[in-house]
Amino acid sequence: MAEKLTLAEKLWRDHLVVKGENGAPDLIYIDLHLIHEVTSPQAFDGLRLESRDIRRRDLTIATEDHNTPTKDIHLPIAEPTSAKQVQALRDNTEQYGVRIHSLGDKNQGIVHVVGPQLGLTMPGITVVCGDSHTSTHGAFGALAMGIGTSEVEHVLATQTLPLTPFKTMAINVEGSLRPGVSAKDIILAIIAEIGTGGGQGYVLEYRGSAIRELSMEGRMTICNMSIEAGARAGMVAPDQITFDYLKGRPHAPAGEDWDEAMEYWKTLKTDDGAEFDKEIFINADELDPFVTWGTNPGQGVSLMGEVPSPDSFDLASDQESAEKSLQYMDLQPGTKMKDIRVDTVFLGSCTNSRIEDLRAAAKLVKGKKLAEGLTMMVVPGSQKVRIEAESEGLDKIFKDFGAEWRFAGCSACLGMNPDKVGEFKRAASTSNRNFVGRQGKNARTHLVSPVVAAATAIRGTLSAPSDLED
Amino acid sequence: MEKISNFTGVGAPFRYSNVDTDQIIPAIYLKRIAKTGYEDGLFSTLRQDPDFVLNQPEYEKAQVLVAGSDFGTGSSREHAVWALRDYGFKAVFSPKFADIFRSNCGKQGVIAGVISNTDTVKLWEKMESEPGIELEVDLPSQVVRCGELEINFEIDEYTKWRLSEGLDDIGITLQNEDKIEEFESRRASWRPKTLPVKGD
Repeated sequence: MAEKLTLAEKLWRDHLVVKGENGAPDLIYIDLHLIHEVTSPQAFDGLRLESRDIRRRDLTIATEDHNTPTKDIHLPIAEPTSAKQVQALRDNTEQYGVRIHSLGDKNQGIVHVVGPQLGLTMPGITVVCGDSHTSTHGAFGALAMGIGTSEVEHVLATQTLPLTPFKTMAINVEGSLRPGVSAKDIILAIIAEIGTGGGQGYVLEYRGSAIRELSMEGRMTICNMSIEAGARAGMVAPDQITFDYLKGRPHAPAGEDWDEAMEYWKTLKTDDGAEFDKEIFINADELDPFVTWGTNPGQGVSLMGEVPSPDSFDLASDQESAEKSLQYMDLQPGTKMKDIRVDTVFLGSCTNSRIEDLRAAAKLVKGKKLAEGLTMMVVPGSQKVRIEAESEGLDKIFKDFGAEWRFAGCSACLGMNPDKVGEFKRAASTSNRNFVGRQGKNARTHLVSPVVAAATAIRGTLSAPSDLED
Repeated sequence: MEKISNFTGVGAPFRYSNVDTDQIIPAIYLKRIAKTGYEDGLFSTLRQDPDFVLNQPEYEKAQVLVAGSDFGTGSSREHAVWALRDYGFKAVFSPKFADIFRSNCGKQGVIAGVISNTDTVKLWEKMESEPGIELEVDLPSQVVRCGELEINFEIDEYTKWRLSEGLDDIGITLQNEDKIEEFESRRASWRPKTLPVKGD
């Protein structure tokens, strides 16, 4: 009988070019390489220095997202260093014949939104990008990893990567989410449970009935934040929801290719009896909306709870870390999370900027007004998401509510472009990182789901959708 | 890449844990397209504090950073390693590194050595009692020496070999070009291709 394998192990087996010997890593083939302006210029320079060409331009695609403005995109980029970086990507892709989706193009947007929307991201493939949130693509049952710039150069030159096999971890999420609780809450709860280093060295496989019930957008939200648990990748086995999402997209297989692919894709699940190196269990029935109180994504708590006391942690290092976080966040232990007032709300990022995220938030804010003193920015994940949202009238709903409706990009998630959270301002953000200074100097970030972001924008304090019913 | 065997340099006690790459170098420094010159971005927020360790004259020429656990988490930006390298650091020690950061170090000739929590504290205390003390980093025997302290560190065999030989990863991989070609010849036609462009 054949060896019993996990999903991750099957993908590894099927992309193995050379098995490493004597401690050397395995050489793994890369099916899809996504690039953007920030982590690629030095890689192209490296190619030029060594007079190397790109091995497979037909497996490579570029877009502009991290360092691009989200308003007045018809004008030249105002900031000279940003303009130069974006121009470098345009020049490099032109010189090497790489497909690019630039500002203004329908398929421009956050690289992790663009791949799936084009149907390039599919089950059973390996995907890399010089961006840690590449784990997003694992939602399709792909092995998807963030890489550094040297590795970007390596993939451009060889279409492979030397990689050490990972350990595997099953994250079983059983039960059904209550209304107002969504994928973001699941992943924030998982990270709070295993910690920001808990996934280190592992590929996570999200399993269980609560995962099966999620849409592709929800699965992408969960896989996206695998890196926040320290994991190299996260994945969900493909099923009918995956196939339905993919079918008919521009680059999805068609005709006989589709049939052949389906035959393979249906084998892409962890074999019964295969063993994971580690397993954890989460009960979805009991989950509340989850929010962060500190300065790393593991410092999260139920929205119904309160700011924890540093003393409540067992380890001295966790106590110290909590103290520093509370100081930065300007929070007192014992404060009810729902009593925390915010200054601004950010709806966007590769975690939560897809059409379903915008629809869920729009449904709540429709006909209401943004709480007094607050600002809100809505940044669709791609230009295509923006167009789709506008065709449904979502832009009008957000604008009538009092929010700004922007063009696509990474925006205030990392504050590289002009979109930032102000100094000492507090944000409810649907992004993925609440690090010190991430969204702007001395900016304070609470990570939330799109519906919590919407409810918070209405009430002014961190709120659950159920609070709107009172 | 230069070959590394052993070297001696001033050690800096960096008493912080959970230091993500946004703190090592904020996104604002990522707009550049050059491959060097990132030293000004290193720990730029922390360096605004005059009491910060790297602002002390004893650590001006520091080459070895000893950090707390979970160093280099978050973003994959290799700029974090470039900033450390350009500042003059040749080795970083910590009880735990984030995977991508550790991998990036190996590509840039920076040693990322794993030491125990206890040894980290011992090194901190030693460096703080004698500010500016030099550490000897011995890659072949995977030992870091500081005064009477002799501490073993972990590094994976392959990275150690590459650093010792100063080898370029791409060069190593291209020795297997025939195997890559053979793999590609078997690649199923349903697998994704970005070209030719499809759809509207």
